[in-house]
Formats: sequence, structure tokens, C-alpha cells
Amino acid sequence: MIRVLIRGGRVIDPASGRDEVSDVWLIDGLVAESPDSDLAVDLEVDATGKIVCPGLIETQAMLQEPGWDDDETIASGMAAAVAGGVTSVACLPETQPVVDNRAAVEFIRQQAGRVGACHVFAIGAVTKHRQGEELAEIGQLVEGGAVALSDGKRPVANAEVMRRGLEYARMFGCRVFHHPQVPELVAGGVMHEGLYSTLLGLGGMPAEAEEILVARDVALAEMTGGSLHLMTISTAASVDIVRRARARGVDVTASVTPHHLVLTDAEMQTFDANCKVDPPLRSEEHIKALIEGLVDGTIEVISSDHRPVPAEEKELELDLAPFGIVGLETLLPLCVRALIDSERMDWPQLIALLTTGPAKVLGVDKGTLGLGAIADVVVIDPDVEWTIDPAAFRSRCSNSPFGGWQVRGRVESVFVEGQRVFCIEDSD
Amino acid sequence: MTTTSDDQPGTPDGPAWTGKHLLGLQDLSAAEITAILDQAAEFKSRSLENNQKLDLLDGTVVANLFFEPSTRTRTSFSLAAKRLSADTIDFSASGSSLSKGETFIDTARNIEAMGASLVVVRHSSPGAPHQLARRIDAGVLNAGDGTHEHPTQALLDLFTIREHRGSFDGLTVTLVGDILHSRVARSNIWGLKKLGARVIVCGPSTLIPPRIEELGVEVSHRLDDVLGETDCINLLRIQFERQRGAFFPSIREYTHFYGMNSERLKAARPDVMIMAPGPINRGVELSQEVADGPHSVILDQVTNGLAVRMACLYLLKREQDRGGVR
Repeated sequence: MIRVLIRGGRVIDPASGRDEVSDVWLIDGLVAESPDSDLAVDLEVDATGKIVCPGLIETQAMLQEPGWDDDETIASGMAAAVAGGVTSVACLPETQPVVDNRAAVEFIRQQAGRVGACHVFAIGAVTKHRQGEELAEIGQLVEGGAVALSDGKRPVANAEVMRRGLEYARMFGCRVFHHPQVPELVAGGVMHEGLYSTLLGLGGMPAEAEEILVARDVALAEMTGGSLHLMTISTAASVDIVRRARARGVDVTASVTPHHLVLTDAEMQTFDANCKVDPPLRSEEHIKALIEGLVDGTIEVISSDHRPVPAEEKELELDLAPFGIVGLETLLPLCVRALIDSERMDWPQLIALLTTGPAKVLGVDKGTLGLGAIADVVVIDPDVEWTIDPAAFRSRCSNSPFGGWQVRGRVESVFVEGQRVFCIEDSD
Repeated sequence: MTTTSDDQPGTPDGPAWTGKHLLGLQDLSAAEITAILDQAAEFKSRSLENNQKLDLLDGTVVANLFFEPSTRTRTSFSLAAKRLSADTIDFSASGSSLSKGETFIDTARNIEAMGASLVVVRHSSPGAPHQLARRIDAGVLNAGDGTHEHPTQALLDLFTIREHRGSFDGLTVTLVGDILHSRVARSNIWGLKKLGARVIVCGPSTLIPPRIEELGVEVSHRLDDVLGETDCINLLRIQFERQRGAFFPSIREYTHFYGMNSERLKAARPDVMIMAPGPINRGVELSQEVADGPHSVILDQVTNGLAVRMACLYLLKREQDRGGVR
């Protein structure tokens, strides 16, 4: 028997609507009632003034294994996750070889199981080799444990293939995660097309490239009755299309990243490739619309869109440097800055976007502190200020434009299945 | 030895030019631009017109790093350095060399380790000189970065206009052609606006980038509409190598609307200046007789380019020696 008592914190559990100061007991890996007798406690954490909530859930991370384990491994990605308060990570199949078959899914689960620091869920490819031409063996991917299907950042450009993917995946109760972007409208693109791309002479990625496929995908989801998840939308019209589709009852969900909420395309004036992300950083009016979408429930998920890129590749010319920000370890404080510090929402709303929303989209039984639930728990100090230092990341890469940022809100302790897997005092 | 350090343009508090790098005209003030033009004027009369070599950069190593093919800019920079008695290293790599191996920053650091204190960079990727400037100690001169800026080209255009017209007040300059892919256009817009000229950009709608008006320029799609109000026409080269896909139906149609020929010259102001950054596509942007005609200042531009590049190299080195860092 392992007993953990987290004492006196503000317990926020969006799944049950709970928000009260209380003790939380974790007994033998499960959230438990307070025991009647005076049983010995193995670990007691004083959470006075802290927030106690379910472990955060990441819906799309690149863990780079198999294929690019110089840049990240499942193990280093898991370490980065728990340092960011994330206890469940879904990883995209942008690997080499691609996770488009059952054996590849099982490899990921096995590697994750060996480390065991947190839960890892595999997302299988929608199409073979992520080529967008033929469906992958979706049924066997699901049997092997894939929780969702996606070709990662490569859009399924062919509408017929996307239609069949949604139809076929529906049979297995699986959601299709899509990166909506018309490839030919963003070819050669580096940043949002607008005033700053004009000033800098950098290739533009117009907002409409995203919006056209958001509209197409919504129409296909409506037509097929399939379940669609639009990964990290970034424009005002995308939010609007999703909002109207959901009002009609279309099964469409969407996520945003924190970096799209705190940075604009003006940032590219630094010519810092760490600001090169896909979708690109947009302008203020898009940020405003994304936040409105989060506040009114149109967008149910915030994802760090964790994409490790080694320094030598981010030092290439902007045209050549890969897209991506390494995000797991800055997820929470950036959300705090974008949404709590700006008083756009309260803590229970934010935590829902990082727990219950992602759990629903992935279709996994996680993200709650209900009695008997798997004891994945995070203790957050909501007020402490700290400075982001990419050199200290647990991820193997440090491609972040947030180095030196003064932020508020920090993960203090993380429990997975009732075991403490991260503690800020040990890490300093 | 000839010295110039006692009669620098500038305020009583110090010289107008204090920059460590020359990355673009967007960041420069009118005073800084004027300081370069004044220095160039001095070099033009002291060195170029007398065919006199100056020893101002004696002992300095200037590296020309051209990651994109170029003939005239590279030659011009190289000769400018030699006219100032600098030693030069020329490095050319076709395309962005670098698979997984040496990055362009590594290349520059290697050249710097050979003693170069000024590095002239031409690159197909916007921002490459800015990335470099953060990583090396040498002064960086942008000799054209993708479709972003080409400051020395704009400076020599400004120099040529000023030489012919004396001032920019009340002057209208029209940039014609492929504005979208033109670094020359961007640098010209910054420079001309800062010095007080009116700027029109004229080209097919597919080659005008979004929100360009916010830079303070007027947009036209018909050269014939703006000819009569233009003092200087700068005919940008169609950048066939930068265009992906079709931006206009045919060269014939382009020339029909935007080509400068004798007929259009008749409709233009009698004292109109015809400029082109070169290399020109004869018969496309401008006809043979216009290119070689009396209104053309195209070869003046080439000579002035030498003077402007001498000025840029000299001013950067002077600030380096002074220890001034901006």
C-alpha cells in the first residue's frame, strides 16, 4: 500500500465541477476517500495556497522515436512532459518508419511502458506512409492501441481520401486529427502572409489556406458523421466555421497552442527560426478570435504542439529551418499568461482545456480526480514567478522563443498512478 | 596616406554613422543614409574620378560570402574593397550548400577565423545576414537577402537620383514590375520614404505584396497612368528564378503593360530618369533604345555602386576601429 496525502490545496476537478479547498488521498495508485483509521502516510505534500488538479493531457506531441532519437526519445519526451505537469501524452506518427501499422503502435507503447514515467498514447497514421493516398490499416492500428488517427502536419489534401478516412475511422470510434492547410497555398511559406511577410520578404502562409480546409473538413465530417479534430487552428475564420458547425451538431473539435496566443507574426522581425511554426504565428485580430473561441467553448483543447528541433537545424536559413517549438515544459505558464493574467478565464476553465477537453478528444479515460480514478495529479503554484530557461529543459531540444520570459504559475509536484514522478525541489 | 576622419559628416556630437552592420535600410535614419551618400560622394570624386586608390582599409580583410550567384554585386564589392586597399576573400557557394553538415554560419565563422573583419553576405534566404550578425564578431554587410533587402543597391539608386536632382523634395519615384519578389523594391521604398520622396509601386496585381500601402507607397497597375507624374522610373527585373507558378500570363503581356519603350518615353516627363538595378532583360522590362538612350542612367548606377560600397565598407570599419557598437 502506498499512501499519499496532498493536504489543504485548492482542488479543481473540471470533470466533476469540484473547486474547493480539501485534502486529496492517493492510495495504491487511485484517488481515494480519506481513510477512517490513522494509517501511516508514505508521503505528505503541503498544498496550502496551491492548486491540485488532474494531470494535464497533451493531444499532440512529437516524441521523435522511432527515427529521430537524437532529437528526442519517448523517454526524454516523457521527462519533459512530467516537468510540464503533463501526465498523458499522445504522440503523432511523424516518425521513421511511420506509425501506420500495428507493430509500430505496439513499439511505442512498449518503449513508453519501459520508462513508465507517464502515460503515452499513440496516434496512428490515417494513410499509408502519411502519403495521403491510401488508407492505413486503421482497424489494426486501433487494435494495437492507437487512440486517434492523423497524418501529422501533412494535410490529407485529397478530399476523397479524407472522406473515406472519416467514414472508416468512425467504425472504430476513432477521431481523425487533421492539420488543415491547402498545401499549394503555403508552398515555400515561412510565416503568416500579411504586413510583416511583405516587410521581411519571407514566403507567406495565408490564413485562407487554413480556412479552406477547415471548411472542407467540417463539410466532410457532416457528410460522413465522422469525428474530426482540427489540430491547432490559428485564424479567426477557422474559429467561426468550427463554432457554427458545432452549433449544427457536427462532431468537430479543435485545439490551439499557447504560442499562438502570446506571439504575433511581428515576432518574425527577429529572424529567429524558433518563431517559425506551422501553422504560423498570426496577427492580433486572430489571437483575439482564438481566445474568444476558448472562452465560449468552441475550442476545447490547448496543446503545446511539442516539436523538438535541434539547434543546428534551427540555425539554418529561415527558408530551410524546420517548423516547431518545443512546448511541453512551457505549456502551463504560457496559458496562464494568455488567459489567467489577462483575466479572460478562471483556473477551472483553463484546467478543463488541459484535462477534460483533451481526454474527450483522445477518447481516453483520464483527466479527473473522481474517486477511484487513476491517480494522475498535479500540484501547481499559481502565483510563483519564474524565468523560462530552455537550457534547463528535460527535452533533448531547446527550440523555444520563450527563453528569458518572466512567467507566473509553475508545476510543483506531479503524480502518475499515485507515484511522485516530478518534484520542483529535486529539480532545481 | 590620405585621411578623411577629420571631416566626417555628422552632428557636433559625433558622426552620423555609428552602425556596426549594414543589414537593411528599414532600420536606418535619414541622417544615417545621408552620411553614407555624402561619404560616397567624397570617394567618387577623390578616388573614382581620379582613378586613385586610397589606403583607408590597408590591412583589413573583407570577405565576400556569396551563397547565391551574383556577378555585378560581387565584383562591385570586391573592387570597392580593393580601391580602399583592403585584402579580399571571395567565397561562392551555389545555392545553400548545406545538407546536414556545415551551416552557412559555420562557413562564415571559418572565414572570420581567417581574419576577416568585414563580411559581405549575399543569400537567397531573407534574414540570413541578420542571423549571421548575431553569431559573428565581424561587421556584416547585406548584399541582398532573398526577397527582403538589398541596401547597397538602394543606396546607389538614391545616390544616382540625388546626383542628378539634388534633392528628394517633391520628387516622385515609380518602381515598376515584380515588387513581390524584389529586395531592391523594399530597400528603395524605405530609403526613398525616409528621404522624403513620393513612391509609386506599379506592377501586375499578382506581383504586388499584400498591405504594401502601409509602407507609405501608392499602388498602380497601369504604367501609362503614372508615367506623366513620375520623375524617376526604376524598372525592376522580372525574377524568373524566384517565381513559383505563374504570376502573369506571358512575357509578351507583361511587356505590353509594363515594358518601357520609346513610345512610353514620349508620354513621360521630358527629364525623366530611367533606372534599372540590372541585370536587365532587354526587350522585357525596357527596350534596347530606352536602355541605351539619353534618359538612361543605368551605367551611372554601376559606377555609383562602387562609390557607395566603398563608403559602406569604410564607415563600418571606421566604427569598428572606434569601438563603437550600436
